[in-house]
Amino acid sequence: MQRRLKIGVLYSRVRVEEKWIFGAMEKRGIDYDRLDDRAIHFDLEKPEAWRQYDAVLERSISYNSGLYALRLLNAFGVPTVNTAAVAEVCGDKLMTSAALAREGVPQPRNATAFSPEAALEAIEAFGYPVVLKPVVGSWGRLLAKINDRDAAEAVLEHKSTLGSVQHSVFYIQEFIEKPGRDLRIIMIGDKALTGMYRNSEHWITNTARGGSGELCPITPEIEDICLRASKAVGGGLLGVDLVEHPEKGLVVNEINHTMEFHTMQPVSGIDIAGEIVEYAVGIARMNYEG
Amino acid sequence: MSTVVCPECEAQVELAAGTEAGEIIVCPDCGVDLEVTGVEPAAVQLAPMEQEDWGE
Repeated sequence: MQRRLKIGVLYSRVRVEEKWIFGAMEKRGIDYDRLDDRAIHFDLEKPEAWRQYDAVLERSISYNSGLYALRLLNAFGVPTVNTAAVAEVCGDKLMTSAALAREGVPQPRNATAFSPEAALEAIEAFGYPVVLKPVVGSWGRLLAKINDRDAAEAVLEHKSTLGSVQHSVFYIQEFIEKPGRDLRIIMIGDKALTGMYRNSEHWITNTARGGSGELCPITPEIEDICLRASKAVGGGLLGVDLVEHPEKGLVVNEINHTMEFHTMQPVSGIDIAGEIVEYAVGIARMNYEG
Repeated sequence: MSTVVCPECEAQVELAAGTEAGEIIVCPDCGVDLEVTGVEPAAVQLAPMEQEDWGE
């Protein structure tokens, strides 16, 4: 009997997105396994167990678990959505910025330093306010808006004293006076599937922090910058966050490689989970048909 | 409808229809996050605390 195409879905928690994805798999009659990233292990001498999958869709909440799983799967020759290379770039704000800069994609001005003294010098060169961001992190956590030198000195000292080693990579970004919103665009391969404005009175507009969603029509300008951003980081299933910069126009703020869409799917009326599954099946089919 | 006991406050928590293992629910009494570890029979445990590398 011929082997059936099979997909693995790597996850940490069954959020509503994962429920929708599992539902879309089942609706299409796709053979798939649910892979809890806390329950799996990889034996480098036994890659066969993983090669049963024609593709693995990665939905881990933990960046580290997801990234290392992708690295191992790709080393075993198992196609993944997204690839380890894309996760490496998108999961690290500095790597994302470097990739965008390399390809000339508009982004906020940013600087990096490796000591509090050098970071303070870079901040003073920018002028206040600035935003300090951890290079790895999400959901708007540990972002700091720095309004003056006193705050800069305090936050830099706290980060270098209390933070992990990673917090001693000081990622400094210009503060953008945005119009109370930013944009989240879902890219599926070369297609800008749908978009949403995230409105918030707070300078942090993540919906994880209470921002609300509103449908954002995909203009040619939005499509162009998102396509360029997607290509710069290696492409795939991506949530591209754009900000309306008062002088530069649209700039890419960050790119998410395991995006959440619990607000976006009802706002857009588009079956994003179904589109994700179709994309993963397309990748799997290439492996299946060899 | 399945009911579980919150391990934090001992409240009776009802699982909504369609709840799946791996989901996070919130105890309506004490507000703690609970991870559903089983559906038949229903079981929950305290959900892991949010880690620094969690996100999308």
